Amino acid sequence: MQYIAPATAKEAASLLHASTGIARVLAGGTDLLVQMKAGMIEPDLIVDIKKIKGMKDITPEAGGFRIGAAVSGTELGDHAGVCALWPGVVEAFELIGSTQVQGRCTMAGNLCNASPAGDAVPAMVAANAIARIVGPDGERDCPVQDIPVSPGKTSLKKGEFITSILLPARPKGSADAYLRFIPRTEMDIAVCSAGVSLTLAADGTCTAARVSLGAVAATVLLVEDAAKAIIGTKLDDASVAKLEAACSAACKPITDKRGTIEFRTEVAGVLARRATRIAQSRAGERT
Amino acid sequence: MALDEYSKREFTVVGTRPVRQDGIDKVTGRAQYGADFSLPGMLHAVALRSPHAHARIKSIDTSAALALPGVKAIVTSADFATNHDVQSVQDHCLARDKAMYDGHAVAAVAATSAAVARKALKLIKVDYEILPHVTDIETSMKPGAPIVQEGRRGRKVPAHYSDNATGFCEFGHGDIEAGFAKADLIVERTFKTSSTHQGYVEPHACLASVGNDGRADLWCCTQGHFQVRNLCSKMLNMDQSALRVTASEIGGGFGGKTTVFIEPVALLLSQKTGRPVKMVMTRDEVFKASGPTVASMTDVKIGMTKDGRITAGYAHIRYEGGAWPSDTIYPGAQCAFASYDLEAVKSQGVNFLTNRPLQAAYRAPGSPQSTYAVESVVDELCQILGLDPIDARLKNAAKKGTKSSYGPTYDEIGLIPLLEAAKAHPHYSAPLGPNQGRGISNGFWFNFGGETAVSLAIDFDGSVTLVEGNPDIGGSRAAMSMMAAEELGIPYEKVRTIVADTASLGHNEVTHGSRVTFAVGLATIKAARAAKVEMCRRAAMVWGIPAEAVEWENGAARAMGHNAGEHEPMTIEQIGANSSKTGGPIVGHHETMAEGAGVSFGVHICDLHVDPETGYTTVLRYTVLQDAGKAIHPDYVEGQMQGGAVQGIGWALNEEYIYGKDGRLQNAGFLDYRIPVASDLPKIDTVILEIPNPGHPYGVRGVGETGIVPPLAAISNAVSHAIGVRMSELPMSPQRILHAIHSKG
Repeated sequence: MQYIAPATAKEAASLLHASTGIARVLAGGTDLLVQMKAGMIEPDLIVDIKKIKGMKDITPEAGGFRIGAAVSGTELGDHAGVCALWPGVVEAFELIGSTQVQGRCTMAGNLCNASPAGDAVPAMVAANAIARIVGPDGERDCPVQDIPVSPGKTSLKKGEFITSILLPARPKGSADAYLRFIPRTEMDIAVCSAGVSLTLAADGTCTAARVSLGAVAATVLLVEDAAKAIIGTKLDDASVAKLEAACSAACKPITDKRGTIEFRTEVAGVLARRATRIAQSRAGERT
Repeated sequence: MALDEYSKREFTVVGTRPVRQDGIDKVTGRAQYGADFSLPGMLHAVALRSPHAHARIKSIDTSAALALPGVKAIVTSADFATNHDVQSVQDHCLARDKAMYDGHAVAAVAATSAAVARKALKLIKVDYEILPHVTDIETSMKPGAPIVQEGRRGRKVPAHYSDNATGFCEFGHGDIEAGFAKADLIVERTFKTSSTHQGYVEPHACLASVGNDGRADLWCCTQGHFQVRNLCSKMLNMDQSALRVTASEIGGGFGGKTTVFIEPVALLLSQKTGRPVKMVMTRDEVFKASGPTVASMTDVKIGMTKDGRITAGYAHIRYEGGAWPSDTIYPGAQCAFASYDLEAVKSQGVNFLTNRPLQAAYRAPGSPQSTYAVESVVDELCQILGLDPIDARLKNAAKKGTKSSYGPTYDEIGLIPLLEAAKAHPHYSAPLGPNQGRGISNGFWFNFGGETAVSLAIDFDGSVTLVEGNPDIGGSRAAMSMMAAEELGIPYEKVRTIVADTASLGHNEVTHGSRVTFAVGLATIKAARAAKVEMCRRAAMVWGIPAEAVEWENGAARAMGHNAGEHEPMTIEQIGANSSKTGGPIVGHHETMAEGAGVSFGVHICDLHVDPETGYTTVLRYTVLQDAGKAIHPDYVEGQMQGGAVQGIGWALNEEYIYGKDGRLQNAGFLDYRIPVASDLPKIDTVILEIPNPGHPYGVRGVGETGIVPPLAAISNAVSHAIGVRMSELPMSPQRILHAIHSKG
């Protein structure tokens, strides 16, 4: 096994592209090292991207923030600007693992692990976050929801990796929220989850919304019918009930050791409703 | 009066809360656990485990693995001596002709590094013939089920069960049919519990070193190194004295470390290579191949009069204990109704084989499952009849003179005082909010004594070394030091207690059965008394007076008789310093087959909240009341009570072994085997009652196990009240609760 920590993104992309065996990108390592210790994979090449300039930076950009691919949960949670603009993304990311894991884990890693249950992903999808990708052909941007294609698989091509994630600017009166269901209080994997991002006009009318669900399909779902159910309303109970029903209707879960189809379908809707109310309350303070 | 009988007295050291003597080592990392032992030239061993739930092993080809550089030896079951006494345990350590469960070890490799050993595993070719498997008790008991082991059917097993039924037992007295006829209300239900693992933090680990003369040393993490010695020496056909076993510090056991898994395998590999061999289980291996507790399916029928008198009780319990016969049905059937004073009671137990690892003891083995079923039905009867559940229990509670449901007549016991204390506790009358429920339950455990040997030396400076032979899993070294200090009239800090290896003392029974503070404590007190007699004799000799004229008080010999004359008291320091001139070393020792372990009862109160939209349970308040006889070190008594409650909360709400249709364990790790994390729990309040055990000089009763018996029913009763549906299956996971809420309609 070869371990390389290149100084530039271009060099990292070349190494990954040229590799003939199993190559993996190392940022926080909170998925990769666990998989290696469990004997699930034995990589031939590990490319550590933490030495690349900008990977640990959080940079304001066009009213939003660009988050380096190696920024940890603790670092993001300590950033007042991001916490104020995207509280739902931060709370989702901070749910991952333990305090120790939070010191290492990254949003880009959570995204590329491509688990439908990754906590940061539904919140980023609701936020319409954009991943910046570097590869052998240069740089490109891609909406976060298009990165995972199935459990454990991404749309990234050979040699490509994520260098940063942009959390975009948003209008006044906007907020987001994320809820997940686990049978315990922490240190667990989402049985199902929901992210909601919305914008309220001064009179409380919802003018924009994105609703996402985790762990209820092969990839994180963006539920447009749920957003439609509340856009143009003042989030009265009947509209939010429609959002809940739309979420449950969108679920295509499996039954596994963590939950049944019935449970996930029902509780995903409950979480979406509750997250909507939290986002509404946060947004209301900002109109 | 015999010295080991209880006599009321004032205590100086006992009942205080000094710092534990092993504490600093544990928090600084100096303490040595099972995996911390190493020797020069040591090899690393790993096991090859079956991926199949049930498969005949047609052949094992190790040639390619042996050819790998760095591989020194490979062993299989064929390397063991044949010994029918320990066949089941041995077959569990290394599969003989069949792999009996997913994770069953079929071979083990010793190599110069763990990495090489792991690589070698991939080169071992095992030719399996896959056989039909059964992993759940409901399928196992039915005629036509895959048979785990042929020829194991128990003689007294009811005819309608499959040949997987290996044992049957029955306890009770009176005419239950006549009893049911007197009842105003009869409730009959079936309850199920899943296998749960003890969940100790430290995985099994050992270091074995067999010399060229055949004599061996073994260091391992265990609850009973004498037991390890006895089992391993049989499997390797060695004299018991040829194998010296040293117990490491232990990171939890809860009953699960009362047998052997990797120790005989490491010894075989060391024997074969002539080099020390270290073997450490991964967490995955701990879940797959060390013993969880039994899964259960229990039918209970209880009749009650309108005013709360139980007229008859019947329990038919079925336990599944893995691929070899298990006797956990006995304590299960014995404990089911042990809290009650009944005219008519019958409890039966049947054990079934499944393709799972052999069950191992888990804290009051068998009692939580059957008690859960009985205490749930008692709660339901009270609910329907509109009776206070504590009042109804008080009306039927066992007391001194009660003929217990399992046979013996009770001596002094603490159940009624516990129920009265529970009723008077502010917790019991605190208001409940919406979607909240309160549950209570009794619990019982026998406690145990057993073979015990200790030695207590008075050193030259009057400090004391106490040598005992039971691994300390709950603060027992501190408790022994306290009892020795109490008896000798010296400060706690002057006594050091160590756990000696198997070559240093007579046989000591495993640390189990809540026996250590009782039995080793009893032996410690007697050893200290023997030392006192000797010290008085030495003083008498110096003073030139009869030994009978000397008494021991406050750490010194005192001349007390009529004609003793005036002598300054002779302190333990002076006697120790003088010992070379008065006859040599002063050592008290005591060996016993301790009897008189007083039974123990507990009563738990649990408040919780259920989210009606998700089925999520939050335990809000929890109170444990338990009879300790005499709490030697109250911190550790409370710790046992809290720990039992916490394990019970995990068992009741989320813990379970999940097998797929392929017979493979799906949750062999702490991520998906959900023990509670700290933030899941409220503070567990404790109330210690002290109803002295007549069979111990200080009145001690064991406290380690009773605490895990009541939680299952206390929590299930609370959930049932919170959601308005009677729950009858564990764990009460959110989806099971949500399903129950919906079933209400």
